[in-house]
Amino acid sequence: MPKPVLSIDNLKIEATAYPPGEAPRKITIVDGVSLSLDKGKVLGLIGESGAGKSTIGLSAMAYGRGGIELTGGEIHLSGREIRKAKGRVLRSLRGAEVTYVAQSAAAAFNPAKRLMEQVIEATVSHGRATRKEAEARAIELFHKLGLPEPETFGDRYPHQVSGGQLQRAMTAMALCPQPDLVIFDEPTTALDVTTQLGVLAAIKGAIRDLGVAALYITHDLAVVAQIADDIMVLRQGKTVEYGSTEQIITAPQEDYTKALVSVTAKEHTEKTSDQPPVLEVKGLSAEYRGMGRDVLSDINIAIQPGTTLAVVGESGSGKSTLARVITGLLPQKAGDVTFDGRPLSHDLKGRSRSDLQELQMIYQMADTAMNPRQTVGTIIGRPLQFYFGMKGAALRARTIELLEEIELGAGFMDRYPAELSGGQKQRVCIARALAAKPKLIICDEVTSALDPLVAEGILKLLYDLQAREQVSYMFITHDIATVKAIADTIAVMHLGKVVRYGPKSSVLSPPFDDYTDLLLRSVPEMRLGWMEEVAG
Amino acid sequence: MRSIPLPALIGLFITGLFLFTAVFAPWIAPYGVSKVVGDVWEPASGTFWLGTDNIGRDLLSRLICGGQTTIFVAIAATVVSFVTGSILGLFAAVVGGWIDQLMSRFVDLVMAIPTLIFALVVLSVMPVTIPVLILVMGLLDSTRVFRLSRAVASDIAVMEYVEAARLRGEGRGWVIFREILPNALSPLVAEAGMRFIFMVLFVSTLSFLGLGVQPPAADWGGIVKENKDGIVYGIPAALLPAIAIAALSISVNLVADWVLDRTSSLKGGRNA
Repeated sequence: MPKPVLSIDNLKIEATAYPPGEAPRKITIVDGVSLSLDKGKVLGLIGESGAGKSTIGLSAMAYGRGGIELTGGEIHLSGREIRKAKGRVLRSLRGAEVTYVAQSAAAAFNPAKRLMEQVIEATVSHGRATRKEAEARAIELFHKLGLPEPETFGDRYPHQVSGGQLQRAMTAMALCPQPDLVIFDEPTTALDVTTQLGVLAAIKGAIRDLGVAALYITHDLAVVAQIADDIMVLRQGKTVEYGSTEQIITAPQEDYTKALVSVTAKEHTEKTSDQPPVLEVKGLSAEYRGMGRDVLSDINIAIQPGTTLAVVGESGSGKSTLARVITGLLPQKAGDVTFDGRPLSHDLKGRSRSDLQELQMIYQMADTAMNPRQTVGTIIGRPLQFYFGMKGAALRARTIELLEEIELGAGFMDRYPAELSGGQKQRVCIARALAAKPKLIICDEVTSALDPLVAEGILKLLYDLQAREQVSYMFITHDIATVKAIADTIAVMHLGKVVRYGPKSSVLSPPFDDYTDLLLRSVPEMRLGWMEEVAG
Repeated sequence: MRSIPLPALIGLFITGLFLFTAVFAPWIAPYGVSKVVGDVWEPASGTFWLGTDNIGRDLLSRLICGGQTTIFVAIAATVVSFVTGSILGLFAAVVGGWIDQLMSRFVDLVMAIPTLIFALVVLSVMPVTIPVLILVMGLLDSTRVFRLSRAVASDIAVMEYVEAARLRGEGRGWVIFREILPNALSPLVAEAGMRFIFMVLFVSTLSFLGLGVQPPAADWGGIVKENKDGIVYGIPAALLPAIAIAALSISVNLVADWVLDRTSSLKGGRNA
């Protein structure tokens, strides 16, 4: 039996933490992880942020990011122990026998150099091929990865190609030195769902054709199900479950894995309401100054009280711009916005206090949506103070009530945002919006930055709050699973237009228009062989 | 509480010593500040610890009282500079548009003229009194604080929590003082240490050129000026205030470094 390309045995990784006000101490990031990977196989590492998946991935080339030490266990690459290897040995290894594909291709390429030069750089400098051979190999890889005009593609600069193409170019860069092992670190996470499918299929095809081994790191179980032979589920630096893809997807053993597998399957029945709409947008168009074309054109949507409108689309489709126009941050060019029966002023200054109070917003990045120098109590209390003039004990009582509503409790009053987890931060933002007693909350990708299980909790909270407070949501997202879980009506946006609009049941059932069809088909489903069906 | 690093401790100690002497100068100084008590340029001795100056006044007493003047003027000018500079800078960043342009270009204009020359011109047509001196120094220096605070604040002004405050309908006062200022504070505090030192150097330079603190009142620049001729004869009287200036500069900088280090480890600082 041939030796595995990579075998990791009882790996332990530690880092030094510097908690403010305390002495530095060691923390364990990865503990007792073992895996083995044969030639031509793909192992998926999956887990939420902080699970240690990237750290394990990088350890496959005996590399640790700043402050990280590989303190225990063994890492064998093609039969050699590399954890304790010297810098010189590692240098000859990295970029030659092991290569790495990063999440953000845009940040990984030098904008001042042509793609070809960067794709073959490591190959040539490691002496794995002459410049000529490397170029020929790169062009062949461009072919394989389905890049346009492979012969001349390398002459372009990074800014001249799309995000998906750049990610493929980075894959070509990683495959060019004919490595034994490629580490893919969330290569499709930053891409739009419709682009992701193509890149995923290209990566899978190239791995299969070249017979390299690959570690595929992602937080999306549905994605990894399409590409991996085996899956390792990680949590807080420990292995939760390790098995074949089929076993993990169809017969998960651990509770945590079961939760991950079932997370995207939530759906709810749509509500309808015959009351007059809380928000009505008619013939709306908008542009950014100096752009010379409409970013939004002829938008017509309405939201009924107590229901949720999901606005779906890729990045650049105008979803967030629509939110900016409705909140008054960007004055519209034409069209009307009616809120609760009264027309809304085009810009923020012209809006009455009750307009501002009844229309609240929750952001994607809870981190930047809260002032890091204010306590949770101040953050939630301020709208109460500002809109309702609450003071002293009444203010405190109501703030605690809100904290309990978002399932956190009074103990969080004096904490700063930096002391909260991602999910807790988003909950505080929800409480801040609720404090104003709004009729409509605009949720801009509120779950996109969160781990799947945490996101599920936030969605459930929003859903419960809606049932209790009869608040309406305009829910902006790119994720179809989220839409299914929360929407009553759906507006699909593409290039600044609403291409499909109506109750959830009718929008998500055929006949589809071309774009909605593409969008729905592109969402990875959590079953084996899905990609082959769709990509053909 | 993390333990204070040694350089910061040294800085704190020396700065504290200087401040203490400045505050209690009249009680600490062994002789009157402008009283002639001995011969011209007497060497250091048991009676005159640092010797006497060019007309026979006790040098130690003059250094102590001169320190009081110098430090007081420098602190007052720093305060003027910070209050004007940071409030206008934050305002410009929050308001934006043509008001911001107008203010920023005006600041560019003032900064295009060398500060020292500008100050000399202004002070030569105005009566040189301590309040005028403080105002001129403070206002000229506020251009630099304006630039820094505007730059820091424009970074913060685009954060979503500021947007959230604006969407809530908050006034400019809340946005500037409650949302932006607390997050801009740490680079500003560090800058304050630097500006204070520049003020010490500035007032000393002006006094040396005869347009700062007027005799018989003592200040460090003035003492250098009075005793500069002695250097030719190997008399160190002019070097002593220079040493005092250097010691104060270094120790304040050590403290400022530590403050910047400490505050920027929290989110929202310069290195956050």
